[in-house]
Amino acid sequence: MKYALGPILYYWPKKQVEEFYQLAKASNADVIYMGETVCSKRRMLRNGQWLDLAKEVAQTGKQVVLSTMALIESPSELRNMQALVDNGDFIVEANDFSAIDLAKQAKVPFVCGPSVNIYNGSALKLLVKQGMQRWVMPVELGRDWLIRLLDECSNLGIREQFEVEVFAFGHLPLAYSARCFTAQSEGRTKDECETCCIKYPQGRPIVSQEQQRLFRLNGIQTLSNDCYDLINDQASMGGLVDVLRLSPIGIDTIEHLEAFRQQNDKDRPFPTPDTVNGYWHKLAGIRQSEDEA
Amino acid sequence: MELLCPAGSLPAVKAAVDNGADAVYIGFKDATNARHFAGLNFTGRKLDKAVNYVAQHRRQLHVAINTFAHPQESQRWFDAVDKAVDMGAKALILADIALLDYASERYPDQELHLSVQASATNTASIAFYTRNFNVKRVVLPRVLSIHQVKQLARANPDVELEVFAFGSLCVMAEGRCYLSSYLTGESPNTVGACSPASFVRWQETPQGLESRLNDILIDRYQANETAGYPTLCKGRFEVDGKLGHVLEQPTSLNTLELLPELFAANIAAVKIEGRQRSPAYVEQVTRVWRQAIDAYQQSESTFQPKQQWMEQLAKLSEGSQTTLGAYAKSWQ
Repeated sequence: MKYALGPILYYWPKKQVEEFYQLAKASNADVIYMGETVCSKRRMLRNGQWLDLAKEVAQTGKQVVLSTMALIESPSELRNMQALVDNGDFIVEANDFSAIDLAKQAKVPFVCGPSVNIYNGSALKLLVKQGMQRWVMPVELGRDWLIRLLDECSNLGIREQFEVEVFAFGHLPLAYSARCFTAQSEGRTKDECETCCIKYPQGRPIVSQEQQRLFRLNGIQTLSNDCYDLINDQASMGGLVDVLRLSPIGIDTIEHLEAFRQQNDKDRPFPTPDTVNGYWHKLAGIRQSEDEA
Repeated sequence: MELLCPAGSLPAVKAAVDNGADAVYIGFKDATNARHFAGLNFTGRKLDKAVNYVAQHRRQLHVAINTFAHPQESQRWFDAVDKAVDMGAKALILADIALLDYASERYPDQELHLSVQASATNTASIAFYTRNFNVKRVVLPRVLSIHQVKQLARANPDVELEVFAFGSLCVMAEGRCYLSSYLTGESPNTVGACSPASFVRWQETPQGLESRLNDILIDRYQANETAGYPTLCKGRFEVDGKLGHVLEQPTSLNTLELLPELFAANIAAVKIEGRQRSPAYVEQVTRVWRQAIDAYQQSESTFQPKQQWMEQLAKLSEGSQTTLGAYAKSWQ
């Protein structure tokens, strides 16, 4: 199993981002995704600075992938994405069909990110033709779906032509909107947001009127309030999954990656209080399966 | 500009046609479409009747096959494509690239529309679908401002653009929302329904009338409040102890006042949402929009949405209120 650090989904101050990647460099992560995927108004690091940081991380021999935005609405956002695709050093993570199209045109291989709607083998076959090297399964799918899909890929003769990555830790990215919910939660509109999301380094939690943890506001993105954690489900992934993604929620995530790696060899479950794993077990995402593998 | 109206039943088809729809969109009675609700949609003789009624009145029929094929069950979705082509649908509304590929390879002359569920919001994404599948029309997600809609129209003169004109407001980019499966295990992409009715429970309590989805409290209504369907993004939740409609209020999209701008942007079609709504809804919304489009075409310079139209539409809206949604930057 390979372990990846996903792109930072939140808006962290530049210094915090740099510190995170200094630790990531020294970590056992095999793959590191870098870049802004949520909002083009988050400009603490510009493209050039992300690239410099990426080159620094890549010196360690880890695979660096430049992640691109999920919801692209303007020509300037497209230009920004084109510049990332044309970076010359790294492959990209496409989180929208626009990125897939730009990567294909530029003959740059890509990882298909979790926000692209791919639900079956025939769709994957098309993406393999476009240059996809790795597929990150949509977070709402689980083990059963993956088994059937990969069987289908075997029948289509493409099973060996790409890697499978599963989102295995972090708050789940569940939805994208035109509306900035963080700004709205502060009584502002998106145009006047003053990038207030920087105040919420793990998003802003939403609970029900009964205080049940539901979602988390992260700009135009809505996340799961609870952390998804498949650390104890790894035994059920043999022959299915090549890469596990940990979505950074802080520097602790780097330690947790090490715990994931070690857990792979042990029978004793790692304590995971207040986490969920429902999606992997074909349950509502918010549930925690009783029968962990 | 085409007025495209929804129908989830034969009476709704008739209501749309009789009240001036240029085209009607429907889905089959199975999980191949994104309004897969009990008692809705078309199969067998009712499907034949719907097709005939639309054809007799020389209107056009669009068929939505806009969920994503399940692995090892793709044939069901391919069969739906075959059936829609066989019955002479003017256009197929598709979201899954596997289906787009199947339809464009097998029926190169069939008109294909890109469903809103595919979430194409920019020129490069539109290029992907037109280049690979010869998509003729793109239905734009309800996340774009009117300025962005105009920009896309200018940048893509060879692609027809269709926009949502009226109806329930998805606050999220369509096709990119798993909130429903997070709470229930079922989402629009996987089962063709959001906040499915089978998970809904109503309960009178001392604190008020509660609406629940899979046991999770979505809202609680006091006696003087109107209760609405617990679509989860329109519930009342708390952020830092503050209670409110954190994601969106119960409200419907109404773009009637943007009609001149949509015409100026050369938008090919305005779509009314609501295949799950009653024939009476379809009748009234279709009639208002027909009148408005006709009024605009008769006199572009003096067009003003009539107060009476706006009131009628508000009555048919969630929470009896309407919004311009993402078309207005202030909403975003």
